[in-house]
Amino acid sequence: MNTAGHLRRFGVTGRGLVVALPYLWLLLFFVVPFVIVLKISFSDIDLAIPPYKPLIEWLGKNSLAIKVNFNNYAFLFTDRLYINAFLNSIKVAFISTVLCLLVGYPMAYGIARAKPATRNLLLLLVILPFWTSLLLRVYAWIGLLKANGVINNVLSWLGVIHDPLTMLYTPFAMYVGIVYSYLPFFILPLYANLEKMDWQLLEAAEDLGCRPWQAFYKITLPLSRNGILAGSMLVFIPAVGEFVIPALLGGPNALMIGRVLWDEFFSNRAWPVASAVAILLLLLLVPFMMWYQSVQARESAGAR
Amino acid sequence: MTTSAGAAGVKAAPWKDPAARPYVQVDHITKSFGEFKAVDDVSLKIYQGEIFCLLGASGCGKTTLLRMLGGFETPTSGKIFIDGEDMTGVPPYERPVNMMFQSYALFPHMNVEQNVAFGLKQDRVPKPEIEERVATMLDLVKLGGFAKRKPHQLSGGQRQRVALARSLVKRPKLLLLDEPLGALDKKLREHTQFELISLQDKLGVTFVVVTHDQEEAMTLASRIGVMDHGEIVQAGTPSEIYEFPSSKFVADFVGSVNMFEGKLIEDEPEHVRIGSDELGGTIYVSHGISAPPEAIVWAAVRPEKIFMSTAPPGGTDNVVRGAVQDIAYLGDLSIYLVKLPTGKVVRVTQPNTSRHAEAITWEQQVYLSWDATSPVVVTR
Repeated sequence: MNTAGHLRRFGVTGRGLVVALPYLWLLLFFVVPFVIVLKISFSDIDLAIPPYKPLIEWLGKNSLAIKVNFNNYAFLFTDRLYINAFLNSIKVAFISTVLCLLVGYPMAYGIARAKPATRNLLLLLVILPFWTSLLLRVYAWIGLLKANGVINNVLSWLGVIHDPLTMLYTPFAMYVGIVYSYLPFFILPLYANLEKMDWQLLEAAEDLGCRPWQAFYKITLPLSRNGILAGSMLVFIPAVGEFVIPALLGGPNALMIGRVLWDEFFSNRAWPVASAVAILLLLLLVPFMMWYQSVQARESAGAR
Repeated sequence: MTTSAGAAGVKAAPWKDPAARPYVQVDHITKSFGEFKAVDDVSLKIYQGEIFCLLGASGCGKTTLLRMLGGFETPTSGKIFIDGEDMTGVPPYERPVNMMFQSYALFPHMNVEQNVAFGLKQDRVPKPEIEERVATMLDLVKLGGFAKRKPHQLSGGQRQRVALARSLVKRPKLLLLDEPLGALDKKLREHTQFELISLQDKLGVTFVVVTHDQEEAMTLASRIGVMDHGEIVQAGTPSEIYEFPSSKFVADFVGSVNMFEGKLIEDEPEHVRIGSDELGGTIYVSHGISAPPEAIVWAAVRPEKIFMSTAPPGGTDNVVRGAVQDIAYLGDLSIYLVKLPTGKVVRVTQPNTSRHAEAITWEQQVYLSWDATSPVVVTR
């Protein structure tokens, strides 16, 4: 008997291995770290390395002490800082998603209606920014937005302004950064949806008395609903936990949960509190992820 | 194929009456896409209550012409009048015209009822009236029990009827149908053809139908316009098109035909005689034609108008001998391919009138003959 035969005796098949691989990946790089974070979130803070006390302690004399500490979670709800940071993150993510919708829908629509040859070029342009690092692109925005940056220089050279506009370290700069970075995640699923659309439906609507904008509102928009939802979730979910862009462009007042998490972890070395923040953030996003999943399932099932 | 049932909706034959007012008038319409002329200087008059079929192969410009009637394409030059009004530049949503699309273009996110009601809602028809008209229309197309179904829950035939109901519920002056039965199987198509005719008769709407299927055109149409390379090469009733084709193309496109090339050897006002090397004999036709003497002409003889016999028939004109090369038994009739000594293969159809007929078999020598009234002589 060969090796494959031996393996099969223990219930290992090629198909099983292929299926097991992604699960193994998830187990190693998601479930295990998640359990560690969960464990830390229930620990006490300690001035040690690592800076928390173990959950399970062997006291000797046949006794084991398990101490589950909910204080970290309770603490998050007593200090307004955390609640505000959560609410602000959701607000920022929501506004960013709406802005992505307003900017991204016409772009996705335009690409889907373009000639096949132009379409590929336009799609390439959407994906092109991914070829450079996000950090680099965000730093480039600093160069554009700062007081003696490109935009202010051009505007004052044109005589539109006399004093430079304050753009950097404002909510404006932060939204510019987030919308710019996440736009492709909105455009691509929406494009995939619009590309499948039967444009003759619009002719049928016009034939039945719709002006072009009415046909868009009554036919295209409802039919692209799943694409809009998928794109929105892909922007909203990561934007809630966004750290780099608000930190670099939003300045010190941009109180977002990602920033709070960073501060707790690195500045305060309050690992248990930081872990509790991370767990809460995850719980907050789970319903959105489930919704996204069901939208995706519906989309691939073809039912609208 | 007999005369069309579609003519039922038209009272007499308004196209023969010079005083009759055309309902749709297409006036020297041309549509170019770059260098390519999809529709080339077409003029056409369609009368109220007609089912006018535009028949042609794919790419002949029939769909482009239909789309210009619907307002989906703007003509490069020429004008379109509907009910006396110039509609040339009017957008689709302002035309008293509805279209049934080849793909049906049913709105997938709406159920049958909502699809049919769409156009009426758009026109702000009062709600009770919408409900009543939609229900009546769904009953008319026999979809009364399917109002709440989504298009993807329907069969092809049902979708076709929803599309029809949706385009008729607005009571258009003119209904355009793009290959209306193309997606249906043969049995259903035949059945639906007759339903379509009776529906048209009941509602009195003028139909313009685009089809590539000559049988469909013959069944539906009051008149057929045969199109080729963006032009209407002949327009007439189905029997005119079939029995009096004006060119080789029409004779060949509508039905099957045996075409014999020959030279005019006798040209009298009431008969002509054609000497055909292809046939290996002479063809006597009992009507005069207008062509110069010695001109090259074509005599078209339909397969069902050729008699086949084992004994020689009398006379020398319109008779030829050949050997049966192939037989296709179709049940109601049989097709024989008879090879002449010249090498030309002639197609003959014979109805199988008797169950135990003495069959003509392969390789058998037969005589083919036809009446002097049967051939149609065309000069181009």
